[in-house]
Amino acid sequence: MTHVHTPAEGPPLDSADAISPQGGVLKESPLARLKDIGFWAEWASLVGLIVLIIVFQSADSTFLSTGNVEAMLTASAILIVLAVGQTFVITTGGIDLSVASVMTFAAVAFGLTYKHSSNLALACVIALLAGLAFGVANGLLVSQGKITDFIATLGTLSAASGAALIISNGKPTTVINSTLLKLSSGGIGVLGWSFIIAAVVAVIAHVVYFRTRFGTHVLATGGSAEAAAATGVRTGRVKLAVYTIAGLLAGLGAILLVSRVGAAEPAANTAYLLNSVAAVVLGGVSLVGGRGSIVGPVLGALLLTALTNGLTLLGVSQFYQPLSVGIVVILAALLSRFQK
Amino acid sequence: MTIDSTATPRTATDLLRVEDVSLSFGPVRALRDVSLTLRRGEITALVGDNGAGKSTLVRCVSGIHRPNSGVITFDDNVIHFHTPDDARNAGIETVHQNLALVEDLTVWQNLFLNREKVYGKRPFALLNRRAMKRDAAQMVSTLAVNVPAVTSRVRRLSGGQRQAVAICRAASFSSKLVIMDEPTAALGVQETAKVEQLIRRLRNDGHAVLLISHNFEQVLRLSDQVWVMRAGRCVGGRRTTETTGEEIVGLITGTIAA
Repeated sequence: MTHVHTPAEGPPLDSADAISPQGGVLKESPLARLKDIGFWAEWASLVGLIVLIIVFQSADSTFLSTGNVEAMLTASAILIVLAVGQTFVITTGGIDLSVASVMTFAAVAFGLTYKHSSNLALACVIALLAGLAFGVANGLLVSQGKITDFIATLGTLSAASGAALIISNGKPTTVINSTLLKLSSGGIGVLGWSFIIAAVVAVIAHVVYFRTRFGTHVLATGGSAEAAAATGVRTGRVKLAVYTIAGLLAGLGAILLVSRVGAAEPAANTAYLLNSVAAVVLGGVSLVGGRGSIVGPVLGALLLTALTNGLTLLGVSQFYQPLSVGIVVILAALLSRFQK
Repeated sequence: MTIDSTATPRTATDLLRVEDVSLSFGPVRALRDVSLTLRRGEITALVGDNGAGKSTLVRCVSGIHRPNSGVITFDDNVIHFHTPDDARNAGIETVHQNLALVEDLTVWQNLFLNREKVYGKRPFALLNRRAMKRDAAQMVSTLAVNVPAVTSRVRRLSGGQRQAVAICRAASFSSKLVIMDEPTAALGVQETAKVEQLIRRLRNDGHAVLLISHNFEQVLRLSDQVWVMRAGRCVGGRRTTETTGEEIVGLITGTIAA
């Protein structure tokens, strides 16, 4: 994460300089910022993550054991990858409801390709292409078809789930490959390969988001599509691009998913959809677009994974997990109303 | 505004010539045989009642509309703009009434929006933030309005500061003509005075300015030439020094024939 803390890029830190009525720059004292609820809203994911770690660690000392940290980081990889894609879409003021279904479809495409060719590289390429194709479809529907993002991606959500059922005939495909197995079991220290891949994706995304013309245009399109277009930004192309990125990352998520499960299942992964949006909300990204970060949603994804892991560790019934995720997300959304 | 090193020196020749331009939207004839000229290095005002066709004419010049007939000549070339980008590339910048600033971006990001400075080769080019912040600071330092910090978000600026940033952006990047649509409509007295100072400075730096305004006093204070539109026609033009507020009002309402 290079230069995470330069002013004006991470949402939290530039709130340090406020403009006085005379136009001068005032520095708020650190204490005043702690009293400001907007500060907490923007750092919700980090604060929440620290609180959860303290609570779970004091309830069960194995929570922060090497083995459990490794398991949590590996488990968070798919969600991080999906949340990064979702962040780009939501920053333009849109939403991609199809990410989880596209991931399912790409996973099934991966499984079938591997079953028929036993070629891992080919299967990976097919998974990425499958995700890319649905991403482009979403992007064209929203930017060229002028369909509301919510409806367009709801349609592709259903289409991708259906297509996954059709091509797999509703049956899971077992994928046994030692390289693929290493992806979810091997790694460096506590960092599993799948988490390392997710981290690399996040770093690249951070650079693209804050350090490229494209990233600026994504923020401008979400902030004011009219103003962006008036300065010559091709907002239609920007929208096409963000949905394509989300689709491609759903394809990458599919590879990680198959590696984790050991099979390509046409089952719906609806939890991943909710959690990808939840991570973005927790990460302080404005749902109307124009403001956000990559670090925030990544921390949000880690928080949601830690929540699920901690509850399992404490022996809380699995049935309570969706409930707790729902409560956390609604609290985060309430808090985000206080964002400046 | 000293950024523009290629600005045309002040001469009395015509920069923009509009000849017999007409434009209809369905049955509505928005412009009828409009002819006017705009000189280099001058502030030219365009006045008229609501619906007289001022904005439509300006949109033809800035590439948003294409006239049905007539010729527009800019800098001795007949223009055929298809998009606002074409107009901008030719050296025509427009400060829109809604300012076209992205509130969630910083001042420097807005000043360089879609003209970002980068280093490295595409598609791996990274933003040269330091150069943009430095140049942005230089651009806004010449403003007469309370200078905003270039790293502050536009959302935090006052109306006058926003207008100043928008004008600053239009005046940069080698623009020859800056079109302003009601630049002080939403401002208070003090801020209006400062923006007017800024507009004069634009002229002194060699930019031609086309000013749309409802404020006759402002037009008389600022402009060198006034063109009056009524019901889609250009009904007359006067040198500002040779006219009065009453005469212009008369032309607008039609009680004085051109």
